[in-house]
Amino acid sequence: MSDNNVRKVAINTTINGQEMDILVDPYVSLLETLREVVGMTGTKEGCNDGNCGACTINIDGRIVDSCLVLGVEAEGKNIETVEGMATPDGLHPLQQAFLEEAALQCGICTPGFLVSAKALLDNEPKPSEERIRHWLAGNLCRCTGYDKIVKAVKKASD
Amino acid sequence: MVSKVKKSEYKVIGTRPIRHDGYDKVTGRAQYGADIKLPGMIYGAVLRSPHAHAKIKNIDTSKAENMNGVFAVMTAKDLPRLTDKQRGNSEESGSEKHLSENVMALDKVLYKGHVVAAVSANDVNTAREAIKKIIVDYEVLKPVINVDQAMDKDAPILHEDFIGDHLGKKVKNTNIATYNRYKIGNVDDAFKKCDLVVEKEVELQTVHQGYIEPHSGTAIWDEDDRVKVWTSTQGSFTNRDSVSKVLSLDVSRVKVTPMEIGGGFGGKIPVYLEPIAAVLSKKSRRPVQLVMSRTDVFDASGPAPGGKVIVKIGVDKNGKMLAGYADIRLEAGGYPEAFIEAAAKCVFSCYNIPSMDIEAYDVLVNKPSSAPYRAPGSPQVAFATETVVDEICKKLDMDLIDFRLLNVAEKGTRTALGPKYRKIGLKEVLEAAKKSDHWNSKLEKKSGNGKVRGRGIASGYWFNIGEKSAVNLSLNMDGTVILTEGSTDIGGSRASIAMQAAEVLGINAESVRPSVVDTDSIGHTDVTGGSRTTYATGYAAYKAAHMLIDEITSKAAKIWDISEDDIKYKDGIISSRTDSELNMTLREFADQNPFGPVVSSASVDLEEAAGGFGTHIVDLEIDPETGKTDVIRYTVLQDVGKAIHPSYVEGQLQGGATQGIGWALNEEYFMSDDGKMLNSSYLDYRMPIALDLPMIETVLIEVPSEDHPFGVRGVGETPICPPVPAISNAVNDAIGTRILSTPIKASKILNTLKSM
Ligand code: FES
Ligand code: FES
Repeated sequence: MSDNNVRKVAINTTINGQEMDILVDPYVSLLETLREVVGMTGTKEGCNDGNCGACTINIDGRIVDSCLVLGVEAEGKNIETVEGMATPDGLHPLQQAFLEEAALQCGICTPGFLVSAKALLDNEPKPSEERIRHWLAGNLCRCTGYDKIVKAVKKASD
Repeated sequence: MVSKVKKSEYKVIGTRPIRHDGYDKVTGRAQYGADIKLPGMIYGAVLRSPHAHAKIKNIDTSKAENMNGVFAVMTAKDLPRLTDKQRGNSEESGSEKHLSENVMALDKVLYKGHVVAAVSANDVNTAREAIKKIIVDYEVLKPVINVDQAMDKDAPILHEDFIGDHLGKKVKNTNIATYNRYKIGNVDDAFKKCDLVVEKEVELQTVHQGYIEPHSGTAIWDEDDRVKVWTSTQGSFTNRDSVSKVLSLDVSRVKVTPMEIGGGFGGKIPVYLEPIAAVLSKKSRRPVQLVMSRTDVFDASGPAPGGKVIVKIGVDKNGKMLAGYADIRLEAGGYPEAFIEAAAKCVFSCYNIPSMDIEAYDVLVNKPSSAPYRAPGSPQVAFATETVVDEICKKLDMDLIDFRLLNVAEKGTRTALGPKYRKIGLKEVLEAAKKSDHWNSKLEKKSGNGKVRGRGIASGYWFNIGEKSAVNLSLNMDGTVILTEGSTDIGGSRASIAMQAAEVLGINAESVRPSVVDTDSIGHTDVTGGSRTTYATGYAAYKAAHMLIDEITSKAAKIWDISEDDIKYKDGIISSRTDSELNMTLREFADQNPFGPVVSSASVDLEEAAGGFGTHIVDLEIDPETGKTDVIRYTVLQDVGKAIHPSYVEGQLQGGATQGIGWALNEEYFMSDDGKMLNSSYLDYRMPIALDLPMIETVLIEVPSEDHPFGVRGVGETPICPPVPAISNAVNDAIGTRILSTPIKASKILNTLKSM
């Protein structure tokens, strides 16, 4: 460990339905905790300052940029990431719609969009195009021009 | 989608299967650059210059070296010194010395963010702490941050030892790395014959490719001097060649494994962190990973050149173009190469102009070394040319599309650099634009809520490079096929390449399983860039599939003991032409074949694909109270040659247009006078979000390329060329004034409206 000798903190959290105990440095983000400590790299880092949405996860039913939350704040929380969306029975309808509508090109933004869009559809089963565009305004995509992403979300809601 | 071709004669091409790599990408399983974790891996961090222009007098690394948890520290002294030898590669060139010094500065830093030292440590936070303990003694110099400053006769010189090439003359002490001139016909005489001459100057700020995945580099340098690299790159072979050059290693000692790539648009062709990770690994005897922050990405990677372009076009009284002149000055950044030749090639590319004179300057400035960005050089010059065209139409009171059709470039038109066009489809694009619903819809100039509206149109071009690709095929026992290739897949190219093999083999796209493999496992393949992948690697897949059929034919002939000429292969069925009893499916053949593995391997080295042209139509709404501009309708029309997977072709058109919209309206490097980018975050470098845009309508026009068996042309780059002038022309239509500098942001519109 580095010079500063800060002690790691033990936390208990639930990720995609699985309860776990992990040790985290008190200064690292939840994004870094997921990727480096838990070993789940599905959640992506695009900016590390809350402006791209690639790191979007769901905590207790609310979407957040995991780069803006500390790992220790996961204590006692219910966390959902892109890795939890599919089940042994198959893809989530949003995942299926993203594939069918070609809503990804490079795919780096896709986990964030899927987690965001799922939170929208969980609460509003039939959003308008305008509403979808508002909801996804915190997620950047540099490849698609959003057209096919909006269409895929619409399709998954039909 | 509107398609001009008749019902397709193809079975696979033109359909929309789910891409093979899609499942991994929607489940979070796909591994991008920073996702690779190797056993024993440690982390690196780099120290970057806070100054845009400075001499490095001394670097003291002792405090960092002694820190707990630190494995190794490096500076440019740990890299071999390279010469001025030029290296050429597709969309990646320059001297070896500059390649190395852009990775890590030796005695001078040329832009803010230039790397001066690096550290490896047992975790990334320790590495970041350690670089703060490195002390660099700089002699700060005055920077030059735009073409005017750089070309001033008293300008501070970036490279004292550099010799510029000005029309073949060697020139010392200059920031003009290259000055070229391209002439066709006698321009002075031609201008004298014109009834109307219009000249405009445009200015562009530097912009960034903006890919969401930051650069990374992970490497092991083993005891056999073998360097293994894992990285997110547009070209694993180009990357390997650059790494081997910077480290002075035989090419065979370097192996690059391409990770999934989170966007590139040209910006992921250069190497930045890979050689540093390798040297740190050698010193640490551990695998090392480095990842850029978003600020690093803006400060020190990419960008696309800003600059100034003057275009002058002369026409006769009927509107026929007689003469064109252009002066193109683009910012290369700290090292040469602003793609001025590409810019010269593109500036008059949409028109048939008998006499042309183009001057082009590649200008060194204290900004990060520029990288290709989607049709490098073309959007900048399209801004000037399409503004002039718009103005000529206004002056002559001619229809904007009829004027373009009158002067349209077609097969046989001479281009600015000499060669004549082969078959191209701009005429078809313009005719489709004329008939389009968008062009024929009425736009109310006033919205009723106090806002004003305008419509703009513009065309653009990219020449679509060819170059080298290799593909291997292997037939499995059940008749399915494994395809391996070296083109990294940024936006669905695994699918578009596999589909071409499947078409030839007469099997489903799903029955061909494509993999992008490392540089030890496939023949040289040039970058995924220049709109070449579906064209060139697809061509290699087409060839390999035919060779696989030859293999199947020869082995089937042996099984049945008949002549190869008697064998017919169609739609995955092997049969005898003469004996109707003899037939088997590919699966039956594969299962029974006793004559050894059925494999094929093909490579290509192709010429340009004859280019792609597009025309965009945009409707804007401007709020005169705030200056805010909203795009309310947008249509992209493009000759795509042949759309292999139409969804991903549409996606290229939509994505390119959106990047162009950002370039036109919001994006810029906002620089301080001392050469620092002040908006190096996504909050302040404002790229388009979902809420900014309407649906982007696409019209795919298919004028097949004569250079590819399925008519593929390449599609990715052309769509970024028309948006800036289309939007600028629409702003003029709305407010009656042209704003000829990007970005056409709210404050500029507001100031323009106030001064009217
Ligand atoms: S990485 Fe968290 S918002 Fe960009
Ligand atoms: S698909 Fe590349 S950033 Fe969205």
